[in-house]
Order: sequence, then C-alpha cells, then structure tokens
Amino acid sequence: MPNLRQKILILYLADSALDSKVVGWTIYDGTGNENHTTGDSDTPPYKTGMDALRAGWRVIQFPQLIPPYPSAEFSTSFNKHEFIFEQLEEAHG
Amino acid sequence: MVDKKYLLTSEQMASFAARGFLRFDELISNDVNERAMKEIDAGVPAAAAGTPLSQCYPEPSTLGEILRSPEIEGIIYSLVGPDPLFDHQAVHVREPNEDSAQHMHGDSTIDLRMHFDIQLMYFPHDVPIEMGGTLLVPGSQYRRINEMDIARYQNIVGQISMVCKAGTILVLHHGIWHCGRQNKSDKRRYMFKVRLNPAVRQLRLWNTDDLDESVNKQTPIFSKETPKDGIQAILSSYEPWFEEGTKRLEILNRIKFWRFLTGDDNFDAHYWMTRLENMPENRVSSGFGFRSNF
Repeated sequence: MPNLRQKILILYLADSALDSKVVGWTIYDGTGNENHTTGDSDTPPYKTGMDALRAGWRVIQFPQLIPPYPSAEFSTSFNKHEFIFEQLEEAHG
Repeated sequence: MVDKKYLLTSEQMASFAARGFLRFDELISNDVNERAMKEIDAGVPAAAAGTPLSQCYPEPSTLGEILRSPEIEGIIYSLVGPDPLFDHQAVHVREPNEDSAQHMHGDSTIDLRMHFDIQLMYFPHDVPIEMGGTLLVPGSQYRRINEMDIARYQNIVGQISMVCKAGTILVLHHGIWHCGRQNKSDKRRYMFKVRLNPAVRQLRLWNTDDLDESVNKQTPIFSKETPKDGIQAILSSYEPWFEEGTKRLEILNRIKFWRFLTGDDNFDAHYWMTRLENMPENRVSSGFGFRSNF
C-alpha cells in the first residue's frame, strides 16, 4: 500500500488560457519536505501553466469563466485565473 | 501651514494613485532612530482613536518628533491634509528564526471610500533581506477584498520586500495588500506603524505647481508619441501581476481616483474613460431630422 501525500501548486495566470504566464503562485507540500510561506520567492516556479503540466503536475481545478456581476463590471478583486495542480509523492518516515 | 517645499509633487501623487505607496529611504537620521528604538522598547502610549494627530505624542517623544518633522509633515499634509485623525498605532515585531511569514492581507475591513487613510510605517533599524521586511503588492489598493480573504496568496510577481536602511518611511494607501515577511535572522525586527484618517476633503493638498494643462493633453496610444514619463505615463503603467483582463480596469480605477484628488472630472489617461462616457444617444438632436419607417 503506497504511503502517498499530496503536493498542491496554485498558479495565478495572466488570463484564462493554461499557457498564459504566471503572475502569482502558492505551494503546499503535504510530504513535509518543503515549507512554503508568504513572500518566500520572487521568481515563479514555472513561467506558464503549461510548463507546470509538462513538469508532471496534474490540473485539478480550472477557474470558471463567470460573467461580471451586474453593476460590478468595472471593479477588480481577487486574482481571476486560479489554476490548482497536484502531485502525489511517496511519504518517507 | 507646511512649507511648500516639503509637500509632495504631482508626479509623486500620481505614483501613489497608481501604485498605492510611497517610499522615502533613510529619511530619519541615525541618532533619532536610536532614540526611537529605545522609546519603542519602553512602550509607546497610544491616544484614543479619533484624536487629532496634533494632540498625540506630546513632548518629549521621539516618535512625535519624527511625525512633526517638516519632511513627514509635508508627506502627511499632501495625502490626508492638516491635522488628520489618529486611528491607531502598532509596533510590529517579527521574532528571530521564525517558521513562517504573516499571511497576505488588507488591513481593517473592506473599505470602498474614495477618501483614503494612510498607514505610515517607520523602520527604525536596518532591515536586510534575511530579516524579511514588510512585503507589499504594488497596485493592489483598488481590489475589493476583505482582510485575510487573500491569505492563500503566497507570492505575486512584482511584490516588494521592504529591505531598507534605518530611518526609512513607507506610506501605504489603506487598501494595499501586504504582510510581514518571515524573519530568518537571529534578531528581532521592529516596525512602527500609525494609521491616519483625513479630516478634510482630500483635494489638491500637495504642491500642484507642476500640474498644468499638458497633463490632460490627449496623445496617441500604441505609438512613438505615447508618453513614456509624466503623469499620463504613470497612471497608464501596468504592474507585472495585473491580469490581461483587469489591467485596463485598474487604469480606470486610477483615473477615478485622480479625478477625486484633483477635482478635474474631465481628466482622462489616454482615452479609456472618455470612450465609456461617450453616450451619443443622450445628445440633443442635431435638428437634421431623421425619421425611420422601420
């Protein structure tokens, strides 16, 4: 029975296409090997979402395209294009 | 009255409108920084919220001395006007060898006012990169988020870490996303913050001598004639993290804010707002007479 743990990579992309550039990112590592926190790097782990895919990350969430709410068409809020990826890794120890 | 030479320029104000912060490196001298550190260590009494700033930090107070220095008074006056109200203060401390940073957030609550508060941050000692420093996201001040809702955002392209020398002052718009970065050094990190509310309409409070008609001049976009500097260029610039679908909305946000600051309801950066305000159907008929039979 494999002892798997999940690693999560969240990429905020410049538009809704997976091959658009990364403008923000977050990493949670369930294996405990890495400990990421706010402001721990100025360089994105990948240039685009496709680069993450090619590196073996599996997409588990595509952001929906939701029309602007009436009368909020011009307001800005959260980062719009949040793609969530995962990898499963064997946990040791 | 603050001497005009200490007031901000229009380009500095435009930068604040675009990016939501202003930074003044090594503004306070080292002897004052050393005295301020002692005062912070001893504990700084705070006034009640809503107290006019002129009644806060009575002498003898090194922090009061800093806030009453002509340079800082000029910055404060330019942004929130004469005798703003004290909102609150905080001595932010990041302990040595921390495991993690503070989560990304906006302070207080969601706050959609065009009127704005400032958060004046004072760094009384050197902050090298291993000490972390306050992290801020330029251009985030107009985003409608509430407090810690953005806590999952770990890194954003173009984020700024306040690595600075002692005596540096950072002034933030109240809506700016920020956090305290992880302190990996073996020393405590201090930052003193005071939030101020305006008590007057925030209208042309800075030195507007450089604000002439040329600011409103329409120039072509996507061409060699597109301004590369000046107020039009500052308000039209993009932060590297702006999405393709929001970067022009952020320019609209800045135009609205600049109109509020200057009282000029016709101001536009390039043609972004004018296009949206063009409503020919509301114009009085030319009298040419057109009748459709369809």
